[in-house]
Amino acid sequence: MARHSVLGAVLVGALALAGCGGAKVGDSSSGAAGDCGTFNLAVNPWVGYEANAAVLAYVAEKELKCKVTKKELKEEVAWQGFGTGEVDAVVENWGHDDLRKKYIDEQKTAVSAGSTGVKGQIGWYVPPWLAKEHPDILDWNNLNKYADQFKTSESGDKGQLLDGDPSFVTNDEALVKNLNLNYKVVYGGSETALIQAFRQAEKDKKWVIGYFYSPQWLLNEVKLEKVKLPEYKAGCDADAEKVACDYPDYDLDKIVSKKFADANGPAYNLVKNFKWTNQDQNTVAKYIAEDKMKPEDAAKKWVEANADKIKAWTAKA
Amino acid sequence: MVAVAAPRQLPRLWHRYKQALVVGGIVLAWLVLWLVLRNFGTLPLDASELTPLHRWINSVNDAVGASRNSNPVFLYFFNEIRLVIDEFVTFVQALIAQPSFGRPVPVIGWLGVVGIAGFVSLVVAGWRVALLAVAGFVSLGLQGLWQESMDTLSLTLAAVVISLLFGIPLGIWAGLSDRANRVMQPVLDFMQTMPTFVYLAPLTLFFLIGPASATIATLVYAAPPAIRITAHAIRSVPHNTVEASESLGATRGQTLVKVLLPSARKTIVLGVNQTIMAALSMVTIAALIDAPGLGKTVVKALQTLDVGTAFNAGLAIVVLAIVLDRVTTAATERRTLPRWALFGGLGVTAVTVYFSYTYLWAAEFPADVEFGSSIRKGATSVTEWAQDSLPFITGGFKDFVTFALINPLQALLAESPWFLVALVIVVLSFLIGGARSAIVSAVCVGLLVATGLWQDSMITLASTLVATIMVMVLGVVVGVWMGRSRRADRLIRPILDAGQVMPAFVYLVPFLALFAATRFTAIIAAVVFAAPVAIKIIADGVRAVSPATVEASTALGSSSWQTIVKVQLPMARGALTLAANQGLIYVLSMVVVGGLVGAGALGYDVVAGFSQSNLYGKGLAAGVAIVVLGVMLDRLTQAAAKRWTN
Repeated sequence: MARHSVLGAVLVGALALAGCGGAKVGDSSSGAAGDCGTFNLAVNPWVGYEANAAVLAYVAEKELKCKVTKKELKEEVAWQGFGTGEVDAVVENWGHDDLRKKYIDEQKTAVSAGSTGVKGQIGWYVPPWLAKEHPDILDWNNLNKYADQFKTSESGDKGQLLDGDPSFVTNDEALVKNLNLNYKVVYGGSETALIQAFRQAEKDKKWVIGYFYSPQWLLNEVKLEKVKLPEYKAGCDADAEKVACDYPDYDLDKIVSKKFADANGPAYNLVKNFKWTNQDQNTVAKYIAEDKMKPEDAAKKWVEANADKIKAWTAKA
Repeated sequence: MVAVAAPRQLPRLWHRYKQALVVGGIVLAWLVLWLVLRNFGTLPLDASELTPLHRWINSVNDAVGASRNSNPVFLYFFNEIRLVIDEFVTFVQALIAQPSFGRPVPVIGWLGVVGIAGFVSLVVAGWRVALLAVAGFVSLGLQGLWQESMDTLSLTLAAVVISLLFGIPLGIWAGLSDRANRVMQPVLDFMQTMPTFVYLAPLTLFFLIGPASATIATLVYAAPPAIRITAHAIRSVPHNTVEASESLGATRGQTLVKVLLPSARKTIVLGVNQTIMAALSMVTIAALIDAPGLGKTVVKALQTLDVGTAFNAGLAIVVLAIVLDRVTTAATERRTLPRWALFGGLGVTAVTVYFSYTYLWAAEFPADVEFGSSIRKGATSVTEWAQDSLPFITGGFKDFVTFALINPLQALLAESPWFLVALVIVVLSFLIGGARSAIVSAVCVGLLVATGLWQDSMITLASTLVATIMVMVLGVVVGVWMGRSRRADRLIRPILDAGQVMPAFVYLVPFLALFAATRFTAIIAAVVFAAPVAIKIIADGVRAVSPATVEASTALGSSSWQTIVKVQLPMARGALTLAANQGLIYVLSMVVVGGLVGAGALGYDVVAGFSQSNLYGKGLAAGVAIVVLGVMLDRLTQAAAKRWTN
């Protein structure tokens, strides 16, 4: 019985203690709802995209009073969401002709909402130290000369060309074959693998050549140099087997669901008008990747410093 | 010696000797033919090349997607399932994770959740585990990841509950009926070895983006252990117990409820335990389709290679796993709690729940008390140190293993003509398991050829075999150590748990720095994931050897080494073969992760199929090839085990 009273005392004590202080749930609540409604924004898994999305979400929430729902998805899944009505906008699209064909032309569930103003480049890159010590390596004609240096445990008796992120289209196997390069394409399989390889290559002065792209936050830290491939001309990549030219420059654009575009609300207007530069995106990407800021804080910082640009985006059509 | 050997022993020994000769002869013939026929008929396929089968799968996938909004199956069947699951998960989240019912915080705040966790653990698992549970949950808050952890917990609990709801009845059915069991086995194999990446995108087509898809992705992988282990538990109830019950006039239903289920209870709880672990290992993958929780934190951190943040979140998953594991494991023992403790605990819990409902300090975990930032910093600096100072040694080790083991094996498998490898596999299967095994292997080989990915399959097979060898070496060394020393067991077990549930990518970032993007990195990742299972099985096997036998051996003057090699290992034969079998299956389940760090072959095919719609069909075919490899190796090791243990 004594135990009961001990327990009781503990409980009473605890109750009293809590009763003394502490804010109660619901003391201060704020609810805001504008006429914008819900804005379903896909967030694809790379930092540049995150920068676009963070700024757009921040403006939509603060200026337009939308309820923004960010959905973190891979590209393929995000595009699929246009049809099921769960995604309103994809705000940095790298080409993806296959997806365009399927969702814009065939299923007619998506439409383009114009350029983001950011230019994308895909190609073969080497670490800066290598470009400095052997400047001629930046021309593909000289690559065979250095093939031996690029040998690894994975490439047998050839040089290793590190490929990697499976999300992007690659013609590298065809390129190696058609340019008669003494290289073997080795599939790193992820962006992480590529970034680690280039970082270490620069730090330890190791020989690495691989597939990469800009804009990418790593380029702020390690200034990779692009190798010149035979110039891209419209149509030179038409036959995937016979490609022997560089990748095209990508005009990174925005894709929205047809329903979202037809409704023509304030959020759609914002997405349509959204346009900035590589430099702008790199700034926000740097806040996120290097300064480790939360995306919303990074967006806030940039938006406050660029009020004029925001005005242009939110102007009524 | 011959005179000593019993007359019956002699032909058997001779038989074994002859068989070794035959196997040796086959391998020798293979090597010779390999020299002659090298690089002929290897059925290679470039990374961007497709076969008609792959294109056909693409077109089916497109057609399904295009008809989604008009197809009645979607409108009335999948939609209903989605609604129920969505509601269920959202409800659990509303209780413990997300602001809900017009409140800025969940219904039950951190203090209440800690209270409930402590109380439930106390009732089912006793004082010590309850303390561990409380400490574990508090540490989730201190890591600065309270809400994320609760989101993960909600999703995991929902997936586990649904898994058990279907899994246990199915398991009982498979346990009672041989026919049901035969039908279910291959389906379960398929569910466990088919890489999640293959069905992740289609799932969102069927069940939309949201909690339902994430839950279903999780339970496809998590339900099989519950079904298998329940079936196994029912089957293991001694026959005479069942017969006694029947002879006393019990109906089948009575026998099930009164005899079978109670006797199988302990094992069934282990199935629950395995289901929870499997569900937690899916956290990161589910994050790719917007599953809320810790997985998102990991995925996001990895975009910037922020190992510290990823590790902190990974550690939270490990903490959740260890708590849930210890609670369910301890729940296999029956225990009764004194009444005063029961009611006292109930009272304290009610108070904590009430506080956390009412007061902000008990609802939201205080942000200023935390050690998350120290964990992040610590993990980052350890990683940096390792990346800076170890690559010299680790690179050499990688090259050694690659040239001495991986390359030769891969050359033999992937550069021989396909029909030669096929023949060798079928003949070896015949020697191991007779005509039946040979037929199974022949069918599997045929399927591999049909997927159009023969050479990739052989490259993956080579890496898988190397990884399994490493798993077994580790398994025997560490497993014997743990089996012989309780203290070693206590120290090592949490590390093994961490290896099993820590999201692979957290440690892959430093591994990439140490071993570069190579097949070896993929192998190491598979070993980290698969070795714990093998070690645990072997440790349990060694411990199960009767102490009297071990003592007898020691008394006869055997050294520790002799005891291990002559007594403990041979007597733990069953455990060794089970470890090899499970090790293989676990290694295969890491093939896709391997594809992300340089393994190429089937793993890369699956990853690329998930990322590029025109490679979808190829990715699916690669997934099937992985399943086929799994089934073939599983049946072969089981046949070998049967031979060896009899």
